Amino acid sequence: MKVSITINGSEHSHEVEPRTLLVHYIREHAHLTGTNIGCDTSSCGACTVHLDGEAVKSCTILAAQADGGSVTTIEGLSKNGEMHPMQKAFMDNHGLQCGFCTPGMVMAAIGLLNENPKPTEDEVRLGLEGNLCRCTGYHNIVKSVLAAAKK
Amino acid sequence: MAGSILGNRVLRKEDPKFLTTGGVYVDDMQNEPLLQGAAHVTFVRSQLAHAIINGIDISAALEAPGVIAIHTAESLNLAPEASSYNPGVTRTLLASGRVRYVGEPVAVIVTEQANQGEDAADLVVIDYEPLEVLVDLEHAMESSTLIYPDAGSNVAVDSTVWGMPDVTGDEFFADCDVVVKGRYVNQRVAPCPLEVRGSAVAWVDGRLYQWISTQHAQGVRDQINKSDATSNVRVITPDVGGGFGAKISAYPEEIVLGRVAQAVGRPLRWRETRSESMLALGHGRAQLQYITIGGSRDGKVLAYRLEAIQDSGAFVDVGAVLAPACTRPMSSGVYAIPKIECRTKSVVTNTTPIVAYRGAGRPEATAAIERAMDMFAAEIGMDAAEVRRKNLIPKFMQPHSTAIGQEYDVGDYEVALDKVLTAANYSALRKEQAARRQRGDRHQLGIGVSVYVEITSGGTNHEDARIEVLPDGRAIVYTGTSPHGQGHVTAWSMIASEHTGIPMDKIDVVWGDTDIIPDGLGTYGSRSLQLGGAAVHQTAQKLVELARSVAASALEAADADVVLDKSRGAFHVAGTPAVAVTWGELSARRATEGGLAIAERFTSGGATFPFGAHVAVVEVDTETGKVTHLKQVACDDAGTVLNPLLLEGQIHGGIAQGSAQALLEEFVYDEDGNPKTGNLAEYAFISAVEVPRIELVSMETPTPRNPLGAKGVGESGTIGSTPAVQSAVVDAVSHLGVRHIDMPTTPERVWRAINQ
Repeated sequence: MKVSITINGSEHSHEVEPRTLLVHYIREHAHLTGTNIGCDTSSCGACTVHLDGEAVKSCTILAAQADGGSVTTIEGLSKNGEMHPMQKAFMDNHGLQCGFCTPGMVMAAIGLLNENPKPTEDEVRLGLEGNLCRCTGYHNIVKSVLAAAKK
Repeated sequence: MAGSILGNRVLRKEDPKFLTTGGVYVDDMQNEPLLQGAAHVTFVRSQLAHAIINGIDISAALEAPGVIAIHTAESLNLAPEASSYNPGVTRTLLASGRVRYVGEPVAVIVTEQANQGEDAADLVVIDYEPLEVLVDLEHAMESSTLIYPDAGSNVAVDSTVWGMPDVTGDEFFADCDVVVKGRYVNQRVAPCPLEVRGSAVAWVDGRLYQWISTQHAQGVRDQINKSDATSNVRVITPDVGGGFGAKISAYPEEIVLGRVAQAVGRPLRWRETRSESMLALGHGRAQLQYITIGGSRDGKVLAYRLEAIQDSGAFVDVGAVLAPACTRPMSSGVYAIPKIECRTKSVVTNTTPIVAYRGAGRPEATAAIERAMDMFAAEIGMDAAEVRRKNLIPKFMQPHSTAIGQEYDVGDYEVALDKVLTAANYSALRKEQAARRQRGDRHQLGIGVSVYVEITSGGTNHEDARIEVLPDGRAIVYTGTSPHGQGHVTAWSMIASEHTGIPMDKIDVVWGDTDIIPDGLGTYGSRSLQLGGAAVHQTAQKLVELARSVAASALEAADADVVLDKSRGAFHVAGTPAVAVTWGELSARRATEGGLAIAERFTSGGATFPFGAHVAVVEVDTETGKVTHLKQVACDDAGTVLNPLLLEGQIHGGIAQGSAQALLEEFVYDEDGNPKTGNLAEYAFISAVEVPRIELVSMETPTPRNPLGAKGVGESGTIGSTPAVQSAVVDAVSHLGVRHIDMPTTPERVWRAINQ
């Protein structure tokens, strides 16, 4: 079946198997590999992107369900070479180590602040519960999100 | 040092890439020319824990869409390969004749597209004849069923066979007023790097090129060349999404890829699923401990015995030797115990093989002695902090040897303990605890204290570095270490910049390509800064001397008269700064002599022994058994700190993994060897909600064993935190008569401990 999705402002149109997940469409058809796959049970959140402005785990959605939609991935966040305030906050607060969870974590964090611009620390922790990180102990990730919320 | 960058909170150079385009992990290498036209690999895995294979029928699977080939041990002529630690334990890279754990690779399917292999794998029919399954360690030791009949025993490694003394009898504790015994399970956990395993291979002019997610490319090269001498492999490390010890060595799936590619005549890509990774990436810990501790009523420990039974899993990998090689030497912990004896046995079972996992043998040693101290304290009615203080090895700045025979470099344990007790406001916590007990609150407070010492860079004491300056003034640092989150690009740039004056943004760091860096020992065992960083330090110093001599010749001056102005990266004759030659110009002058470059091997004065103290604060709901880890206060002394940002990041991550083991995570099998926690929906991977608030207290006691004064810090957080958290849980309900709860201290276990 044919699926058309706008990703980071560019139109993509591909013939895909009906079972194709959005994350596979992004990685294998649009060739944007910043979005990672960390599990097969929708537990880790490494594949989090924005679909029509909302943070979603792109392994839980079929590409067909996103047909006609607009997706933003980590590659689409910087504007004119300037990092998004959330990307900058992660850098300033050492919110990443190996980097594998990072794209999904950043997209989830932006989604969190979109819904709750001034979260408490507990709300940040709860809001990121679906995004796993093995390196940072989350400490500096939470700090990054709180710092971004202050800006 | 005025103006020095070392010791500063320098932000990571690595980050912009990871934050804007994402890293390039092995599965992301879509543009690699050598991999164009690559087919995809899927492994067929054993669904039984222990069985004879009577036959493998691939005929239906061969007809599945997209299938190019299916191979088995037989079709690839795979020969048995022996464990490095027990010659009687041999396996083929794909199971041959027998499977020994659920998830063991049995056959390999090559398909045109990535998703076709899984469909085809369902069609491979394996004719199994089930054997008795050994999951329980103590049963496996006694059983007449042998997992490796050629080894003659399921006990695959025994410390007494290694020549270490056995444990004795009750007379060992004859001079003790109080003797306490315990049985502790240091449970099996899954390392769970966020990036699972992956690799890609291509044959180029009769030579194998292999990209792999690893912590040690040179070791992987040697493994592959040992298995297939014709491969002459070049191993290349892309970005690696975490390792935690589980990616130090290559696995059978990775070692066999080259031969599969050869058989099908195509480059290949392989990436496992998380559910495969949970079964076939090595597991960690899995040690059963029997302890006996004895001492006087006034709190002095006089004798300690540790009998460790290490689960080796279904092969004898590095996990089998951690008990004798790491747990045993560190059994004394931070305590001045006059008599210690320790025996370890490593036992094969029908479970996933055990490998190194963050701490690798030392967390087990610390957990055992810290639990033992707590139980001893409980028996004599002494406070947890007080019993520790009474037994600490006094401050030493010259090497100190413990009763088990391990020498430590430097230590100042009481100061670390004082620092965390003060920072945690220990006496106020105890008052709060007493008040809650007095009131009979539903939510009780638990306070756990641990003091630890561990061994870093044990086993290896050297590392290589090379620095090259290019004519444009940029420098490249080649390192034998292999970062996968630790921030070596930033750290090594800081060290090189410090000596040369070349700005950090003009320094690149290269690692993990065995053709470019043939000698390297990789990143594990908290070795990188103290060996790899020290190698960069030594190389940069030598590079400056080489450059000075080239500059002297250019300036027609004596070497001794030439000085380096680090502020502008140029050499000039002292007193004549106007006439100077830059790093770039010096490099250009050396164009005909191979450029301006130098390679060095740093050899350290031995392993180093980071230490520290942790206070864990938990709240236990006495009606449900639910534990909330409120806070962790940690003092981790890793010697001189190069970059506090990186140091703190390592400790935070370590604490999370320690808290995870103490409270949440356990890899569980049923009695038939079927995994019950084989994916991330079932395995209790710690999240942002469960990790505690963390407060770090700094302490720096430099080691004399390397010029940076640095000890390792990659594993300290885990080693220090785990026993403190477990102890806090027990402490919260100790007034109800509880002395011990095995990890993970799940609500069910806590509830049962309260109610039984």
